[in-house]
Amino acid sequence: MDINRELKRHFIGRLVQDGRRIDGRGFDEMREISIEQNVIPDKAEGSAFVKLGNTEVLCGVKMDVGEPFPDTPEEGVMMTGAELVPIASPEFEAGRPGEDAIELARVVDRGIRESHMISLDKLVISPGERVWMVFIDLHILNHDGNLIDASTLAAVSALKSAWVPKFEDEKVIREKSSDLPISKIPLSFTYAKIDDAILLDPILDEEFAMDARLTVTTSGTHLHAMQKGETGAFKPEEVFNIVDTTFSKYKEVKKLIK
Amino acid sequence: MGGKSSTPLIVKGKRLDGRKPEELRPIKIEAGVLNRADGSCYVEWGKNKVIAAVYGPRELHPKHLQDNTQAVLRCRYNMAPFSVDDRKRPGPDRRSVEISKVIREALERVVFLNYFPTSAIDVFMEVLQADAGTRCAALTAASVALADAGVPMRDLVAGCAAGKVDGTVVLDLMQEEDNYGEGDLPLGYIPSKDEIVLLQMDGDFTKDEFKTALNYAIKGAKKIYALQKEALKRKYTTNKETAKWI
Repeated sequence: MDINRELKRHFIGRLVQDGRRIDGRGFDEMREISIEQNVIPDKAEGSAFVKLGNTEVLCGVKMDVGEPFPDTPEEGVMMTGAELVPIASPEFEAGRPGEDAIELARVVDRGIRESHMISLDKLVISPGERVWMVFIDLHILNHDGNLIDASTLAAVSALKSAWVPKFEDEKVIREKSSDLPISKIPLSFTYAKIDDAILLDPILDEEFAMDARLTVTTSGTHLHAMQKGETGAFKPEEVFNIVDTTFSKYKEVKKLIK
Repeated sequence: MGGKSSTPLIVKGKRLDGRKPEELRPIKIEAGVLNRADGSCYVEWGKNKVIAAVYGPRELHPKHLQDNTQAVLRCRYNMAPFSVDDRKRPGPDRRSVEISKVIREALERVVFLNYFPTSAIDVFMEVLQADAGTRCAALTAASVALADAGVPMRDLVAGCAAGKVDGTVVLDLMQEEDNYGEGDLPLGYIPSKDEIVLLQMDGDFTKDEFKTALNYAIKGAKKIYALQKEALKRKYTTNKETAKWI
């Protein structure tokens, strides 16, 4: 048992009962968001650095040419990876991605994939043989809670800035031939349940105190991904309320995407 | 939610296997099918075949993994290489790591872990044949296996998925519907408390479609729950020699 964590859990639990949060936000208020694109301008085809409060995520997009999956011969390929590198938190260890990193990457991937943000059908060079592969890699630089939303914002912003290189004589030439074809903008919203209260965008201390977590990804009118986490439970009405809040929050945050 | 199907998946309100939108596949649950495990369960769910085994509470090694306030629940969802169309490479992949995690988190809600400090409770789920909905089948089997092992629990967790096919919300997707459908929503549910302990979703749902899908999945899970209890009772009322699946 980590005594520091237990004390924070009690403190935050008491605050929440009074309707308050440790940083003074309302229960459905996001932290301040800042987005900077093209931060790896010379090597990555797309990149973005996102701050969600003190949480900092860097996302880089690399483009390469490869074979399509056999079941989708006329579509490009996208892959998402996440590394919880030790510079972000004393709890992160170097090495192969653990289950938290895998879950993070897969939830971010699902939102982007299922919303069809990237028009993969426009990334075909020759059907069944050669397609563009979009690699989205997330580097967590500072962990202060809610890595999923910060990572989705970073991935979406990096993809918005990304371009497709030239492909000539079976070689990739790292010069821009076109923008990466983008249609919808998916955004994720993560909620922490502490006792009976539901808090949007939890900071790390609130994550220590949370019983359950729910992430909802939308592109404005439709839902594309969800993931419940931790060992607590949600009532069906709570899930429906979270979905309603998500649609209204989407409009606010979408304005920040350039 | 892979490619698109060339043929419709729902014709005149009937699905490919003749089911109505709100109908489950045939399901068979049997408790206590393995000799060496402390508890076990075999689930046949449409063409899915899943078996779960539970060991423990038992001593946890190495010792530094022990928790002196409660037992550690360890879950492993694993697919047999022959369980799918194209052979799956043995061992954990990213998908099974994630599924093991969400199943563990769902089960932690119902197991009284605080009764057994420093020990481990191990749950192993093997998918022998997969036909969509394996994580729900595995969760369903795991909670029966835990009960079969005599592990103290608040209740059983029932798993059930809903989805969207050809623009219609349907219960319990089968393989073709999962491959060519527009959405999937796996649920883990505790009927006695009306609690959602596993919830994932991918695809494309409007708000109303999502509500319908979640309500379908809850109704489905309640039916699964009844079958789970029946299976546990049956184990103690019948005198069978060997499990039928061998």
